Amino acid sequence: MHLRQLVLHDFRSWVTADLALQPGPAVFVGPNGQGKTNLVEAVGYLATLGSHRVATDAPLVRQGAGQAIVRARFARDDRELLVECEISPVKANRVRVNRAPLPRPRELLGLVRTVLFAPEDLALVRGDPSERRRFLDELLVTRAPRYAGVRQDYDRVLKQRNALLKTARHARGDALRTLDIWDAHVARVGGELLAGRLALVAALAPYVSAAYAAIAGTGSAAEEAAGITYESSALRPDPYPIQGAPDSNLSTQGRPESVAELTEAIAEALLRVRGDELDRGITLVGPHRDELRLRLGGSAAKGYASHGESWSFALALKLGAYDLLRADGVEPILILDDVFAELDTRRRAHLSTIAAAAEQTLITAAVSEDVPASLSGMRFQVADGEVHPIG
Amino acid sequence: MYEGAVQDLIDELGRLPGVGPKSAQRIAFFILGSEATDISRLAAALHRVRDEVRFCTICGNVAEAQLCKICRDPRRALDVICVVEEPKDVVAIERTREFRGRYHILGGAISPIDGIGPEDLRIRELMARLADGEITELILATDPNFEGEATATYLARCVASMGMTVTRLASGLPVGGDLEYADEVTLGRAFEGRRRVTA
Repeated sequence: MHLRQLVLHDFRSWVTADLALQPGPAVFVGPNGQGKTNLVEAVGYLATLGSHRVATDAPLVRQGAGQAIVRARFARDDRELLVECEISPVKANRVRVNRAPLPRPRELLGLVRTVLFAPEDLALVRGDPSERRRFLDELLVTRAPRYAGVRQDYDRVLKQRNALLKTARHARGDALRTLDIWDAHVARVGGELLAGRLALVAALAPYVSAAYAAIAGTGSAAEEAAGITYESSALRPDPYPIQGAPDSNLSTQGRPESVAELTEAIAEALLRVRGDELDRGITLVGPHRDELRLRLGGSAAKGYASHGESWSFALALKLGAYDLLRADGVEPILILDDVFAELDTRRRAHLSTIAAAAEQTLITAAVSEDVPASLSGMRFQVADGEVHPIG
Repeated sequence: MYEGAVQDLIDELGRLPGVGPKSAQRIAFFILGSEATDISRLAAALHRVRDEVRFCTICGNVAEAQLCKICRDPRRALDVICVVEEPKDVVAIERTREFRGRYHILGGAISPIDGIGPEDLRIRELMARLADGEITELILATDPNFEGEATATYLARCVASMGMTVTRLASGLPVGGDLEYADEVTLGRAFEGRRRVTA
């Protein structure tokens, strides 16, 4: 798919912006602080209903304005898709698709497909597990929008269970009897989320490995190959093995896959750690404690990978996601926010090859020279709150 | 900010559920412009609600006497109890005119976030009603969300040994609606709860 027109009102630094685009690369050039990233952030927002830079919607609305409006005209499968989004810091956001209001904004998810790569993505490799879970969940929701509801449900039951665990310490009578019930909810919704993530990682892994090999140019040397695996807190080997009991390592083989099996596995794991949970007042197993492990050769990428390797891995994750979405049938819009300056010549060349071949790539850069000349396409100058085509 | 009495009224109205500052202001000025008799009637209604409304000693519904209208009604079946969260759920079910038994109002649902556990609901009173063995069916009509489901499961476990039929309201497609507009959770439930069609 590609973007034909983007109109902003009171979004971030933009009082108003209106630009027309064509398929192929579009490069936004301008000094720092002029709002280049804000333009592509708006496109990313329509895909994920979130920003890659901030956790809440409030900073997206221009200071002093009541609400921000993002209106975008896409072409998807030769059909026009008009998406309008009203972002408000105090009221519920409103979304219209082809002029028809959606009952819930989250129904937009999955329609607009983008893959955004930005300097912040280094945190995918070096940051907390929550960064990688967010990456997985975002991709999961893009591919199967119903997981947005599953995620929301999971957060809800988890909050309820944690609230109960906190009060259960000064146990009031029946508290433990209701804990069983919340366990069942957490296991059922968690099992569904876990099944979705496991299937996603299985589908994504080969694309990430291939993308890394292409970026790093290492051929197929096993000691330098990159791989991803999902590590579930519920399927982990028993943290408190009974002395002399046979090893019940679930993570190697006979791994459960169906929602029913995973639900059962989480329920069992919750029972196992219940003593600890009551002591600490939080839920210790479930998808919210899982980790996407990144391996480079034989070792963990986090901690071992050099700065350059970390960049390559972050890029490989995003390009892997891009290839996976493409294989699903809809070519996503590739967004490269201020990343060319961070990459060395080799990686830059590889990325520009992919960007040039994409249906549409939106690129931001502080100086024109940072963007490889091979990316010939539309160029825009961004300065003083205005955006103009150049050349 | 307005002066004295007007602002006091706006503040009080603003504390009501579903009333924001702007609605509160609008209601306040509507009241200010109303006839004195209308205002007296509203004030009297508020006082009466406080002074005269009781809760039914059997089911916990709002009542004006010791028993509510439904528990006083001799035509209502004595062997079926429908458990709901709030009095407004009773009104909703009564509109169907399908149910001829009696109700039990819990006064909410289990929700640890809000600090509501089973002991904060009228469950002990329900157990007392079930103790004499005359009830043959218990219908669990708590809301179809996590809190309502948790409450229903808890109740089902409490009464499991008592031998009565325990049922839960069905979830599924809204009547008169379009299948394509149903969200995936509802549609999934509708699939789970599908029924055999007899020819």
